[in-house]
Amino acid sequence: MTRILASGRAEFLIALRNRWVTIAVVMMALFSMVLSAAGSAPTGALGADKLSVTVASLTSLAVYLVPLVALLMSFDAVAGEVERGTLPLVLTYPVSRAELLLGKFTAHLAILALAVAVGYGIAVIAAMVMDPRAALGIPALVRLFWTSLLLGATFLGIGYAISAFARRPGAAAGLVIGLWLVLIVLYDLGLLAAIVADDGGVFTTQVFPWLLLGNPADAFRLYNLAASEATAAAAGIAGAANSIPQIHALASIMLWPIAAFGLALMAFRKVTP
Amino acid sequence: MCLTLSQVTKLYDGRTVLDDVGFDVAPGERVALLGHNGAGKSTLMKIILGLITADQGTVSVLGDAPGSHTARAGTAYLPENAAFHPALTGEEQIRYYLRLRSQDPDLAPALLARVGLADAAKRRIGTYSKGMRQRVGLAQALIGKPRLMVLDEPTSGLDPVSRREFYEILDELALEGVAILLSSHALTEVEARTDRIVILSGGVMVANDTLGNLRRRAALPIRLQVSAHPGSADQVADKLSGGRRNGVMVDLTCGYDDKLARLGDIAALGAMIDDVEIIPPSLEDIYSHFSKGAAS
Repeated sequence: MTRILASGRAEFLIALRNRWVTIAVVMMALFSMVLSAAGSAPTGALGADKLSVTVASLTSLAVYLVPLVALLMSFDAVAGEVERGTLPLVLTYPVSRAELLLGKFTAHLAILALAVAVGYGIAVIAAMVMDPRAALGIPALVRLFWTSLLLGATFLGIGYAISAFARRPGAAAGLVIGLWLVLIVLYDLGLLAAIVADDGGVFTTQVFPWLLLGNPADAFRLYNLAASEATAAAAGIAGAANSIPQIHALASIMLWPIAAFGLALMAFRKVTP
Repeated sequence: MCLTLSQVTKLYDGRTVLDDVGFDVAPGERVALLGHNGAGKSTLMKIILGLITADQGTVSVLGDAPGSHTARAGTAYLPENAAFHPALTGEEQIRYYLRLRSQDPDLAPALLARVGLADAAKRRIGTYSKGMRQRVGLAQALIGKPRLMVLDEPTSGLDPVSRREFYEILDELALEGVAILLSSHALTEVEARTDRIVILSGGVMVANDTLGNLRRRAALPIRLQVSAHPGSADQVADKLSGGRRNGVMVDLTCGYDDKLARLGDIAALGAMIDDVEIIPPSLEDIYSHFSKGAAS
């Protein structure tokens, strides 16, 4: 445990010096301020409190931003050490590869938690100021917070796996951006296209729900929007999947971080210093 | 024994980089590992450290397998061109390594002071020179009383004064019983600073002995440089049947076993001789002798 914390502490210092902490926090704060401003229009028709509406918009934001920040922080984790030549030395220390990776993971997740907390905090304050009923939305926001961390944890793990697999920071950076595009942007477009083409056939009823659950970002969106009163405000693809039980989405977002970290560890163990 | 290697063989893509290498290092012993680039020195060190595995043969580090917890806890490593994260300061980096070895991180300033980096401790490693990074590397190798030190080209990038300080630290450690295995290109500098020399050539161990024994085995000629009394150089050269180098110096060569007899001849010339200098074959000569022997 002390070794995990030692590695985490060093990693946090490095992220602080490299301005990653600042970048992540400012990015989340900025976007959430923009969303709060955009969401300040009257929402009487929906009948939902201001914070619940904000949470729905924040969910759509987090789906893009949290994986991006997580991947940007993690792509250098192994490849950077390989390139700098710092890996052989640390691997001769009485510390396991799992402990090293967990240390980095702890630091990066803490930074992500800080950024998300600042971003969501701003949204809460804005909502509270504008709508006295906003307190009703607090449970939804808390849920959004911890699921955002699980989503971030998943993409940190995926980023480490890619970093270990690519072994060069440049290649790893390209791969994580490509993966982000595919999983977060193109995946949903592809599913939509398939549904339209299928026109209510076997794919739409049998395969589609599982494909949606299989993508951590979609599972995150499903869970948060299904649990929220204000689904209609930001439904998108989730509207098409109302039949998926919430517990399935929850299982997906819980299992993904473990699977991703396992994958990262497997890839890291294959790296020969 | 702190380190025992026997019949260690390693292949990379069907190419043999280490072939049947075996030697050991006792507590307090300083062993130099010599060889050209690509002779297999770094590969051998990585096997000892458990970073890569040997294809054949056995390695025992502090009585355990390389890479095991016991082996890693008792072994310190200084990589060739020690590298660290440029964003951390020297002190932060050493604190990190201290924590990884479950030591008090507050020992960092003392360790940095011991390698002459007290003033730079609070500066980022990105601003350090190569020699300073090498000192950080040495400082981390001193953490937690290691029983075996594996040092890959430890003095590259150090100036002569720092080199001497470095070897003084190694001498202290050897006195405390630390086994030291170091590789080097700078042959002359390991000459006086190590107890035994292992020479690798093309992955094959061609020598493993003390410098004295290697000299004897190589049987390379010893040079005797005689300073004749002014005016008698020709006479001396004649009597000793050696070539005259300049007005006063006479150069002789002889085999190891003839050394005393030749010295007797020189002494017999009495007043004609001012001084005599015995120049044994240098480590470079011995090294190329054994390296060539393996190649042919």
